[in-house]
Amino acid sequence: MASPALEVTGLACRRGGRPVFAGLSFALESGGLLALTGRNGSGKTTLLRALALLVPAEAGAIHWQGEDVRSDADRWRGQIAWLGHLDGLKGDFTVRENIDVANRLRGVAGDTDAALAAFDLAPLASRPVRTLSAGQRRRTALARVAAAQAPFWLLDEPLNALDAPSQKMLLAALEAHLASGGLAVAATHATIKVRGATTLELAA
Amino acid sequence: MSGFGTLVARDLALVLRRPGDVTVVLAFFIVATTLFPLGIGPEANLLARIAAGILWCAALFAAMLSLERLFAADYEDGALDLLLLSPWPLELAALGKCAAHWIVTGLPLAVLAPVLGVAFGLEGRSLLALAATLLVGTPTLSLVGGLAASLTLGARKSGALLALLALPLCVPTLIFGTGAIETIATGQGFGVHIAILAALALLALATLPWAIAAALRQAGE
Amino acid sequence: MATLHFLANPARFRRFSQKVLPALSVVTALTLLVGLYWALVVAPPDYQQGDTVRIMFIHVPSAWLAMMGYTLLAALGASLLVWRHPLAALMARASAPVGATFCAVCLVSGSLWGRPMWGTYWVWDARLTSMLLLFFLFLGHIALTHAYDNPDRGDRAAAILAIVGVINVPIIKFSVDWWNTLHQPASVMKLGGPSIDPSILYPLLVMALAMLLLFVTLVLLRTETEIDRRRLENAEQGA
Repeated sequence: MASPALEVTGLACRRGGRPVFAGLSFALESGGLLALTGRNGSGKTTLLRALALLVPAEAGAIHWQGEDVRSDADRWRGQIAWLGHLDGLKGDFTVRENIDVANRLRGVAGDTDAALAAFDLAPLASRPVRTLSAGQRRRTALARVAAAQAPFWLLDEPLNALDAPSQKMLLAALEAHLASGGLAVAATHATIKVRGATTLELAA
Repeated sequence: MSGFGTLVARDLALVLRRPGDVTVVLAFFIVATTLFPLGIGPEANLLARIAAGILWCAALFAAMLSLERLFAADYEDGALDLLLLSPWPLELAALGKCAAHWIVTGLPLAVLAPVLGVAFGLEGRSLLALAATLLVGTPTLSLVGGLAASLTLGARKSGALLALLALPLCVPTLIFGTGAIETIATGQGFGVHIAILAALALLALATLPWAIAAALRQAGE
Repeated sequence: MATLHFLANPARFRRFSQKVLPALSVVTALTLLVGLYWALVVAPPDYQQGDTVRIMFIHVPSAWLAMMGYTLLAALGASLLVWRHPLAALMARASAPVGATFCAVCLVSGSLWGRPMWGTYWVWDARLTSMLLLFFLFLGHIALTHAYDNPDRGDRAAAILAIVGVINVPIIKFSVDWWNTLHQPASVMKLGGPSIDPSILYPLLVMALAMLLLFVTLVLLRTETEIDRRRLENAEQGA
């Protein structure tokens, strides 16, 4: 039996000198979504950042397809598409330009048009991001994630600031991503209704 | 390598969308420089002697002004996280940011200063020395400034702190930059000074991108 | 319950320091007394400068200690960044002001000595300028450590600054060799051994030892305080 695509063992992190979580272990198969739940301050964002190697883990290991991600961090980063609290968009660039630049910075060709279509951003494609509403910006950030062609999505509160139609677009994009063999870990307060999603609750 | 090029191109494109940000820095340089003859008096000999120092110091202060936003904009809109997650070395990204800063700040200053130097009574060879020393010296200022900017990301009073950290480290460049123009006055060549400025720039190039990358990672934790 | 991680080294260090400090303080005080008496009373006056040469017994050791102090900051910084030792961060916070003070003493004593010897309080030669830069680097280190609400961030940013700035220390040392400076060239720490008379050299070395002991005493004392302060902060946050 093949090992799970993502395997986390005994992960522990501290923030500001105090432990946030310890002994965290889980595995995620190709096509799986892990929803991180827990109260504010329980360490959801820290876990996401630790998975992305933005925050060093005090203990434990992260294995991707059987290999420790720390052995080739640059390669691991190439596998990740990140959605943080902040949108990561340049206000003076248009929607299309933001996604194109993000793809070029990651060295991927990316499919900007498909991503724009998936989040109904085609009519807004030539508008500078600073003229958009918060919800539209969040959709642009999600389109950036979708266009990145990365197998592993790390999403921090992806449903925030999205109205009902937009949430449907996100779920559709997620399903498509998972169906093609991608994985996702999402920190969320709301439930993400996707087939086969598992939940991990972090205690504060 | 293409990531480096993309980053520099991106930052230059952003500057082009808001050219006011850069022109205001250059305007500051011009205004600050013209204050000195007004404050010190128009005596031609005196002005010619202190011109190098004034122009170099004003260039330093102008560079400091634009440094605060070097990484802060990316830090505030979340683009820094995406840079930290690039699949290519962060040290190259740090270098790219400093290179973009130099292109929009250091390079124009090196071109503008000789023009102002004429108003100070500097002549042919001195003007050439001024332009050459600024051209070779300002990359070091961009790198040192990049270090100070990355170390103070998210700090309190980051503007003043940035200057406090950057200016002492810029002193060697300042000393040799102005020293070159003084040797012109005594009829000697300024080749040695340019060589030392180049050596300082290479030293900065060989060491500071790693320090800046380390500081950026700390900001992302 | 305080975090185990924090207790690992700092607590052991604090126990060690508490045992050592009383005896160390006494030795420091005695050495200082002996050194000062020897330097200020016993040692012969210079045939040119008279008694003002005695400023050297304060000026030179404080210069050595300023440079050593910044090198210590760089070493602690490297230790912090590589091994994430909490003790390294606390000791750096403790040492920076002490090093800065020795640097200031060096600059002021040198300035007071310069007036009668060179006729000026200050001159912009390579050694004085680079020593002044060292003082600014100390100030920058202190400012950076305290510029963040999160103390870890301040400690680690200052560590990077210390490592980058340490290049100034060899520049200070060799500045009198590389440039024509008004400041006199090296007469103690050079190849071929010291070139000053033993009647001046020995009190100088004793004063250097005394100041070194003073430095160590102050740093140990201040590190204890920093450990206590960090413990208090952790307890307040309910660790």
